[in-house]
Amino acid sequence: MSKGGRTLGERLPQGNAREKLTGSAQYTADLYLPGMLHGAILASPYPHARIKGYDLSAALAMPGVKAIVTGDDLNESWRFGVFVKDEYALAKGKVLYVGQPVAAVAADTEVQARAAAAAVHVTYEQIPALLTPEAALESEVRLHDKLEEYETVCDTGGHGNLCSRTDIREGDVDKGFRECDLVFEHRFETQAQAHVALEPCAALAQVDSGGRVTIWSPCQSVFRVQAFVSEALGLSMSRLRCLSPHVGGSFGLKFEAHIQPIVAALAMKSRRAVKLVLSREEDFEMVRARHPFSIRVKTGVRRDGTFVAREVEALVDGGAYADDSPSVLGVALFKARGPYRIPHVHFHGRVAYTNKLRFGAFRGFGNAQMTFATESHIDEIASALKMDPIELRLKNIMRSEDAWLGGGISGSNGLKQCIEEVRRASAWQQGGPKPASSSGKRGLGFALAAHQSGFLASSAIIRLLEDGTVVLNSSVPDLGQGSTTVLRQLCAEVLRIPIGNVTSAIPDTDGSSYDWGAGGSRLTFMAGRSVVEASQRVADRLKQHAAEILECSPADLELLEGGFVAVKGVPQRRTSYREISTRCHWHSGGPIIESHSWVYRHPAIDSRTTSAVGFPISDIGNYSFSAVVVDVEVDSVTGKTQVRSAWAACDVGRAINPMLVEGQIEGAFVQGMGYALLEEMVWDGARIANPTLMDYKIPTFKEAPDRIYPIIVESGDPDGPFGAKGVGEIGLVPVAAAIANAVRRAGAARIFHLPMTAERVLNAMHGAEDQD
Amino acid sequence: MGEVTLNINGTAYSIAVPSTETLLTTLRDRLGLTGTKRGCNQGVCGACTVAIDDVPMRACLSLSANCARAGVRTIEGYESDRIASALVSAFERGAALQCGFCSPGMIVVARELLARNPTPSETQIREGLAGNLCRCTGYQKIVSAVLAAADELQR
Repeated sequence: MSKGGRTLGERLPQGNAREKLTGSAQYTADLYLPGMLHGAILASPYPHARIKGYDLSAALAMPGVKAIVTGDDLNESWRFGVFVKDEYALAKGKVLYVGQPVAAVAADTEVQARAAAAAVHVTYEQIPALLTPEAALESEVRLHDKLEEYETVCDTGGHGNLCSRTDIREGDVDKGFRECDLVFEHRFETQAQAHVALEPCAALAQVDSGGRVTIWSPCQSVFRVQAFVSEALGLSMSRLRCLSPHVGGSFGLKFEAHIQPIVAALAMKSRRAVKLVLSREEDFEMVRARHPFSIRVKTGVRRDGTFVAREVEALVDGGAYADDSPSVLGVALFKARGPYRIPHVHFHGRVAYTNKLRFGAFRGFGNAQMTFATESHIDEIASALKMDPIELRLKNIMRSEDAWLGGGISGSNGLKQCIEEVRRASAWQQGGPKPASSSGKRGLGFALAAHQSGFLASSAIIRLLEDGTVVLNSSVPDLGQGSTTVLRQLCAEVLRIPIGNVTSAIPDTDGSSYDWGAGGSRLTFMAGRSVVEASQRVADRLKQHAAEILECSPADLELLEGGFVAVKGVPQRRTSYREISTRCHWHSGGPIIESHSWVYRHPAIDSRTTSAVGFPISDIGNYSFSAVVVDVEVDSVTGKTQVRSAWAACDVGRAINPMLVEGQIEGAFVQGMGYALLEEMVWDGARIANPTLMDYKIPTFKEAPDRIYPIIVESGDPDGPFGAKGVGEIGLVPVAAAIANAVRRAGAARIFHLPMTAERVLNAMHGAEDQD
Repeated sequence: MGEVTLNINGTAYSIAVPSTETLLTTLRDRLGLTGTKRGCNQGVCGACTVAIDDVPMRACLSLSANCARAGVRTIEGYESDRIASALVSAFERGAALQCGFCSPGMIVVARELLARNPTPSETQIREGLAGNLCRCTGYQKIVSAVLAAADELQR
């Protein structure tokens, strides 16, 4: 434990680590209520079909069955969605992908519920399925017959099977390409990646006698769950209470709604508590995955390597529902310049509806795909110019005074330091170690990335209890990254008390203050600032009361370590938080309860310099940066690629808890490595061929690199709490490109298509040899 | 549905279970031992690892009816175990967990590894734990924590 209450920058363990390690931490599946029923879902067997009718008689007659819900239980107007209101809680009228929830059953046991769900008979009339964005955009067949009538929260430009489009221009890209010496153009393809949070999606819902619904579920924002269920079931938000117990990983999977609306509907119909936990297969097939992108990147440069102009075009598979797609495309294009100076740019793209599960938020949020393309592309430029890839980047990176694309602020900028740190630590100039085997090709690869920390709204409440200890109330769930520990550290730091004196309330829409959620790498930055400002108000109140007790001016007082307020320079003239709080509770002023609420305001697009159509985020900024070097060995006989070591430097502004920051960097690296080398959801026609952990491989202890060296760079962000910025996603974003660049520099081949499986690498190597 | 007597964490439970019921379901739904997690129900992820007669096994692949004569130890049964306690402390100190969903299974398998091999090499730890998936940590801090616990136990 830290000495004397100082907690900032300490390597403190997660506050609930022991609970999790000993199995006593409760996740949603671990909750059991008296009389609770178990739910199960019938999934669509077809990718595209009209529902002609349901026959529930057999299922209703089965043992233990208490309720069945279908699309017929949903009002026509109960469509929901983040950007486009295009989804129902259960398929209504049509099914749009294999695995889509069609009906749900609540029964006494899970076995009974699953058996009854399988016995629900649905009559379908099949429609031709559209399985690629190209096919969908050309077809007369439509997924959403009334798309143009659907409510949207941004300008999507959606029509036909076009879900959304975005176009961003800055400078004069035609002039830019005319003025440069060389133009490079490459195409890249990325795959669907499954989140594989170890905890499958689950929800438990209960209805009280007044009809108010309580939902426990793993999520990234209890307020987003409340909003979705409210729309999906036609309930006012005040009739919904949403809580988040422990969350067993998410990575974007559980940000928008998963099965909460379905489970709430079952609880309302059965008038009983209902718990539903997806099987691993359902978790793969039903929820969401990372978007496949096709990306064309064209960059014009001067002979000395100066970037002049860039055009990027992206075609994105959105799956059956819009979900976060308009924003994923927007963010991907907004990051397409990367952290570089390129005066003339034109970035444009489209998302198409297809008959696959929806694609949505996943750590990196479009930036992982875009950075794979742009950073691979830059290495090809370096190779053509015969320049060192790091030197080429150093020549073009944003300086601290430079704005982000669109004119928005970048905040602090530790880019150069990130680059220098990994270059030095990896001994880049020596070119890397020799291959370990005679058939091995070995090389170092580099990539760079940036990702935002700030957007949308946040708030926090800090309450001083009667004994002078503190309850911190933020609604952002801790997904495992240890964010609650970080928020407690920030509060303890401001109030100069041991972290053990700060407890945190669990996220609960009834009691927690609003925060948009634990996503987009914004938690430490946004919620952290809410906590710091609310804590400072508590400190001010403490000083006001202490001034009355000590008969002096608040300006003459300071907080002392351990929970005391004292006259500056006279530590013996002091009073304790306990004494002040007791006085507040019983005699004077009332309990000390302070809050802070704010919304991020740094406009993304300055219309005087930049034109943007269909960019759905009004305010965004404060960037974190990451530079990565990987040491990769490719077996030239099998094509198998192994990452030996990785050096990952992240500019996080200030590490509130360096150990937890390292955890983010290491975990993100291995997840990014899985994306680069192993992971791909494969469709056999319209059906996912590998929706199990037997067939969809994520990295294990054996695939993970021998060593990951996390390097923390602290540039001190002027807007962040004690200078901190986000770290949740940035560690993943550059990994695929760094590995691809290493495979190329090892002398194997340039791989334009993720994942870089042994087969793909081997084929590319032979293709390259054939061309030679 | 047959009556079976299960010896779990040193306590005998006589319970009626269908012959198709897995040990994982019995532990969680009938006995309230929810420290054993269901991650895949297919024997791949390792989150449901328990020790059956001191051998790490997948509770999701074990039928309760077949466990009648065996001694089953779940994460809850390691509370006063010296090796497991050292592991829990090392995992906590070294941030060898994030979401924690895989952690009970990791502790069980690492405990049985250290019981058999008190001074494993890093390679032996990676081999020994390779059947347990973690999506959060990137594994490095888990390997370090097992090494640290082994070290601690040697003192």
